[in-house]
Parts: sequence; C-alpha cells; structure tokens
Amino acid sequence: MKLTLEEVEAVADLANLALSKEEIERLAHDLSGILTYMDKLNELDTTGVEPMAQVLYDAGETATLREDLERPSLTNEEALRNAPLSGEGYFKVPKVISRDE
Amino acid sequence: MEKKFSARELTQQTLAYAYTENERINAFLTLSIKRAIEGAMEVDRKIAAGEDPGPLAGVPIAIKDVILTRDVRTSCASLLLDKYIPPYDATAVTRIEQAGGVILGKTNCDEFAMGSSNENSAFGAVRNPVAPDRVPGGSSGGSAASVAQKSSVLALGSDTGGSVRQPASFCGVVGVCPTYGRVSRYGLTAFASSLDHIGPFATTVRDAAKLLKVIAGRDEMDSTSAFAEVPDYEASLDAGVRGMKIGLPREFFEGIESETGRLIMKAVDQLKKLGCEVRDIHLPHTSYAISCYYIIATAEASSNLARYDGVRYTMRAESESLSGMYRETRGKGFGAECKRRIMLGTYVLSHGYYDAYYLKAQKVRTLIARDFTEAFREVEAIVAPVSPFPAFKLGEKLDDPVAMYLSDIYTITGSLAGIPCTSVPCGTTAEGLPVGLQILTRHFDEAGMFRLAHACERNQSGN
Repeated sequence: MKLTLEEVEAVADLANLALSKEEIERLAHDLSGILTYMDKLNELDTTGVEPMAQVLYDAGETATLREDLERPSLTNEEALRNAPLSGEGYFKVPKVISRDE
Repeated sequence: MEKKFSARELTQQTLAYAYTENERINAFLTLSIKRAIEGAMEVDRKIAAGEDPGPLAGVPIAIKDVILTRDVRTSCASLLLDKYIPPYDATAVTRIEQAGGVILGKTNCDEFAMGSSNENSAFGAVRNPVAPDRVPGGSSGGSAASVAQKSSVLALGSDTGGSVRQPASFCGVVGVCPTYGRVSRYGLTAFASSLDHIGPFATTVRDAAKLLKVIAGRDEMDSTSAFAEVPDYEASLDAGVRGMKIGLPREFFEGIESETGRLIMKAVDQLKKLGCEVRDIHLPHTSYAISCYYIIATAEASSNLARYDGVRYTMRAESESLSGMYRETRGKGFGAECKRRIMLGTYVLSHGYYDAYYLKAQKVRTLIARDFTEAFREVEAIVAPVSPFPAFKLGEKLDDPVAMYLSDIYTITGSLAGIPCTSVPCGTTAEGLPVGLQILTRHFDEAGMFRLAHACERNQSGN
C-alpha cells in the first residue's frame, strides 16, 4: 500500500492536524511502510470469525448500573480550570457564526 | 517494632535523592513535594496515634505522568498538557494513598504512552540507570528507571502493548500488566481503551503483588473494571511450583537475540529443576499480532486524542477560525510519534478502509485470543521472553518506526488477549544488561503468575 501526498493531506484533514510539507512527505513514507507491513493480515482467512472489540467477562447485564441518584460532580470552576480561555462559566472559542450569511 | 526513622524522614530523603539523580536519568517530570510530605505526616500521625497506617504505610511511590493526580501537574509528557492540573485523582492513586502510600511525583514516559523507548517524551528521553547510554524502554520508562535507581520504592505504569513489561525487563525490575479490567482505568489518560492497563513496578515480586492487591478490584467509576474477587496474592507466593504445567511458545523464539534466548532458556531449565512440567506449545497467530495491535491501538488512539483540540486542555494555538484553531493546536502540540499514530488510526477507520483494516484486525484479535484459550487447556502458565533484545542505545531505532513496532512482538499478544503478564528479571548479558522473563497466565490468575515469578526470582538470588 503506497500513500500519495494528496492522500496523506486528506487524512490530516480528517484528523484536524496542521502538518508542514516536510511532515506530509515523511508521513507518506512512514505510513506506506507500515501499511505494507500490515497487508500481511490479508493472508488470514477470517470468514465467520467474530470481531473482538473488548475483553469481556461474565457479569450480569445490569451489573454496572446504579440507582439514579444525584451525586456531586466537578464544579463549573474545576471543569474550566484548565481551559486556555473561558468566561461567564463557559469555554470560549473563536467565533463560529457570522452575522451576514 | 523499633522506630528507626519516620515516614516524613524517609520521604524527604527519597525526594532529595530523586531530585539529585534526575539530572542523570530524567526519570521524573514533577516531584509532588507538598503532597508527599503531607502524606508522610499523616502516616506518622496514624502510627503515633496507634491507628492502622495501611499496608503501604510511608512507602515512596512514583506515578507515571499519564495517570491523573489532583492538583499535581499531569503532562502525559506532551507539550499539549504542559500546564495541565487535573481536578481529580485516578482511582489507583486514591487507593494507594488510602493504603498509606506516599505519592512522590510523576514520571517521564513516551508522549501519551506511545513508544517503546521513552524517546518520544516532549521533555527529553529517560536514560537507563543500568547503562546511561541506553534507553530504559517504554513507554513507562521513567517509572521503571526510578524503581531501578531506587529513587522510588514502587511505581505505577501503564501497559497497552508492553509499556510496563518491556521497560521492567530493560531496567532489571519486576513489572506487571494485570488482567484487563483488574485495575480501574478511571483517571488513566486514554490511549487505546480496549487495551489500556495500569500496572505496578517493584524490585521484588512480593512488593509488586502487594501494590497490585491495593489498587485492584471493582470501581464503579470504570464500567469495564471487573467484579472478580481480589485474592491475597502474597499468601500463596511461597506455595511452590512443583507439578505446575508450563508452556513454551515456539513462535516466541523466532528472531530472538542469542544471548537473550540463552538466559530465557536457563530460567526455564531452573523451573524444570523446581519440578515444573515444561512443554512446547503453539500460538499460531503470533506473527499477525503486530499488525493487529497497531491497527486497533492507533484506531482507538485517534479517537481518544481527538479531545486535545485547544478548547479544554491548556494549550491553544491562536487562529481566526475554530477549525484553524483545532488544526494549529494539534499540529503544534503533538510530537512526531503521536501524529504518526493519529494519522494511521484515522486512515484505518476512514471510509473505504474500515473493513479492510479495522474490522479485519478485530477478527484477527479473536484468533490471537483463541490461541491462548487453546494453550491454557494444556498448561497453567506460559513462559516467554519479554523483548527480543536487551536495552538498545539511545537513537538507535528512532528513524525506523516499523523496526520500533516490531520490538513489541512478545508483549502485545498477551495484551490483545487481556490476560495477566509479568516481567521478572532472569539474568544479565555479558555487557551487564538485564533480561526479563515473561510469565503469562489465565484471566484473573495473577496469583499463579506471581507464584511462578517468585520461584524464578528466588532462583536468581540463589536462595
């Protein structure tokens, strides 16, 4: 599997990563190598094999549920403590709505 | 009992030693001086008042910097979280302090636990205390190094594909990756949620068992944490291993360096002398494990790391638009290995490739887990190498990601199956580099794993 620079740029777009030209070239090289190695999985016939998404153990279906009671959680101040920008109890981000559309 | 020193004195001395040694090894990113002293004073108060100070009373413990500590910086060795101060403690940390353990500080690691050499830290590599021109292993390199150099007595690491066991083997200490779900992941920064474990480091198997006992058990804050009872691991430690059926997976000895292989086989011979029945077994899907693991782990990582977008977690790169802010923050904040894994994970989950890579890998994971289920019908434990080679030189594998990933071959199969695994020292090479023996047992049979590891350890010390 060989990735083109355009494909790498498209993946970076999906991943919300701003990458330099050098990084894109390096990643095209690295990812192509890794994916070529991973093509080895195609040797295996997995017809009829169930996918394993999680290590599961025996526990009742409702074992992880609890009474629906109110419990204290993080305060607003604690939740915002690490925000680079906040105000009036909210996270602040650059403007996303434009008035004249 | 005679009092020789107070918990506070021990803590102060250990902190001073950790501080001085850090220049050489770089094991710690933060020393939590205030919290450590306060914790130690509480232990001293309890002892003076005749109260039970707990099973870990006054023991200085280092915590990998991907595990949250309230009011103590938790950076995940990333520029993105350089100034992150968690508002809560991980459950494992809470339990350690309830047991009297003293939280000394936060240890260096690969950024977001992604790496096998600890060279991917945004705050500089950790050096191996045994051979400072070599890596301590990764990703929990700082935790392993601090226990090896005795700047902490115990440490917590996290293991997703070998990140406790491999550095333990490189630094010559005991490292444990318990059964998946055995220890709550609440407060462990998520890398690959279906594979992440918190696990202990110690200089002896007994100490590792003691620490695991404290942190293990159901926690309602992590719905994947197991309900299974936690036995007293120490109680069965000396029960002996005579008659224990042990499997040697032939696939784990392909491509191993000869000196490492020789030390592993020497340990196996000693187990035979102790009365273990050793037989060859097969784990036929081993050669597919690297591909399987790096697809699943990067896919989960790309989702888990999406939250670091400049809104909630300290670092933000300014931009006119919201999407620009996301992109620039992540582009500037993540290091090369994290970017590589985010990209790989995004690719294997993307439209048109999901079935070919991600779903395929999950099916192969079933086959790998099934290999172990089959093997454990015949044997009680599996004994294997941890790594194909001992600690390598700093920079040696940095430019070749595939070679770096391949070094995880012996640790990731156990991770994919979710079974308990440990690394216990089994000798040193002619150059003096430690080699670890890996012991794997059935789900929730940490007791059997510790018992066998303890037998190997006693052989080492010649007792």
